[in-house]
This record gives sequence, C-alpha cells and structure tokens, in this order.
Amino acid sequence: MRWIWIDRFLDFERAKSARAVKNLSLAEDHFADHFPGYPVMPGSLLLEGLAQTGGILVGEANDFREKVVLAKIPKAVFHREVLAGETVTYEVELLQLRAEGAAVRGRVLVESEVIAEAEIFFAHLDQSRSQQAFGEHNFVFSGELKHLLGLAQIKARRTEPAPGS
Amino acid sequence: MPSQKEIYEKVSATLVEALNVEEEDIRPEATLQGDLGAESIDFLDIVFRLEREFGIKIPRGELFPESIFQGDPEFVQNGRVTEKGLAELKSRMPFADLSDFAKNPEISAISNLFTVDMITRYIEHKLKEPKPSEPAAS
Repeated sequence: MRWIWIDRFLDFERAKSARAVKNLSLAEDHFADHFPGYPVMPGSLLLEGLAQTGGILVGEANDFREKVVLAKIPKAVFHREVLAGETVTYEVELLQLRAEGAAVRGRVLVESEVIAEAEIFFAHLDQSRSQQAFGEHNFVFSGELKHLLGLAQIKARRTEPAPGS
Repeated sequence: MPSQKEIYEKVSATLVEALNVEEEDIRPEATLQGDLGAESIDFLDIVFRLEREFGIKIPRGELFPESIFQGDPEFVQNGRVTEKGLAELKSRMPFADLSDFAKNPEISAISNLFTVDMITRYIEHKLKEPKPSEPAAS
C-alpha cells in the first residue's frame, strides 16, 4: 500500500498556504473493511491527507532540509462522513514556522462544504530533539513522498513571482 | 499593558487548548507535567500559542530552558543543585519562583518549577521588555 493520501496540488503558496485534492476511490483497500457495504473514509486518513498537505507546505518552506514529522493534533473536528466516490480538498494555512517546528490550520472540504477542521503541529526532528541524532538522510521526504514533493516544487516555482517582479 | 489577571486568563485559555485540560484544572501552582500532563512536544506547542496569543517572540530555551546545567558538577552534585546552580537557575529563569525548590533542590524536582504561575510571570516580564527596535533604515 502506498502511503500517499493526496493526489494533486491545486495551489501552493510558499510558506503560506496549500490546497490539494484527493479522489476517494472504492478500489482503495481500506474501504473493503471500513465498512463492508458502507465505504466511509476513516477520519484518521482524512487527517493524514491534511497532514501530508501541511507537511509538504512546511517542508518546502525550508527547501526540504528539515525532517518534518507530525508531532501533535491539538484539535480535530469532523462534521460528517465522507464516502467512496467523493472528492475532498485539503486546505492548509501556515500559522507559525520556527526553527523547532511549525503549526498549520487545515480544513477538509467536499466542494464548498466543510467536512473537517484541524490544527496540526509539526516538529523539525533534528531541531526539537537535540540529544538524538537522526543522521543526514532525510527519511521523511524520500521514497513515495518524493514524487509528490517534486510536483509540489514545480507548482511552487510556477506560483512564485518572477525575480524582480 | 494587560493586567496580571488578564495575562493569567489568557495563559489559562492557552493551556486548555494546548493540553486539552478542563479550565478548572488550571490553578496558578499547577505544574505543567505533573498536574496538567504536558509531554515534551506540548512545551513547544505552548510556546507557539503564547507567541500568537500575546504577539511576542519567545527565543528558544528562554521560557523552558532545555539543559541548564549540562551535567556540570559545579551546578549539580549527588542529584542536588548546588548554590552556584541555584544562582544559574535564577539568572536563566528570573521569572520562576525558586523559593520552594531552593529548600530541597533535588534535580528530579526541577520540572515542578514549570507552573501556570511561572508562565504568567514570564509573560508579564516579557511584556515589560522594550519592543525590539525596527532595523534602522539605512
């Protein structure tokens, strides 16, 4: 199973906000069990998609040098269930970015209807745990996320104002 | 400049959000770890929220110093903070009430210094500081 819970970025404004879309397909394995005959997108996976959108926003702000890990979800509210066949949009805005980590506020929407809201807190692993050594390799932004990250970077470049403008 | 009561109320609201505790659990002497169940990542979350709530900058390690003594034997001996260590603590955390701790300065009790009252005093202390001046236009 690939751990990518967003399909595509719609907007990406460096160190400010991002919007990504996720199409919920009945072919996704989790719908077989959650629940048989009633395919509800698990709330935890909605949060994962929101966190991936936010995590890439936070990571890109430092050119993916930091190991950005989901540290805490201080608040999450779900307004209704989302079923297979729907398309959700993840919207995140950066609240704060510091050397040790970042906070984002996010919303999950289906068209203009707000499905869930959450605050997500990310830590920069090396900066927030000074005693532990995690090595040079950035294992957060590698492998499966790398491709999406590349797409996000392309998108970021596209929306960045041209030098001198 | 908000009153001490206003600061305390905002600090309480911040802790309710950051630690998901009930408002009635928040007392001035409540310790963040022991009484309110804060974990390491919560300290960072609290710092972030206080910055947003009060519009201040909290430099890393100023409110919640991470390793004051660095295992220095001048500061800590046999699990107890020495006189010199207490002086260091006082200079690093001038806003903390060290009177109880100083009576029995076991290093293991140091987390008890982190109380709701300590944060309130810190914010008061911080709001009195002159705002960092804008970089001079050249």
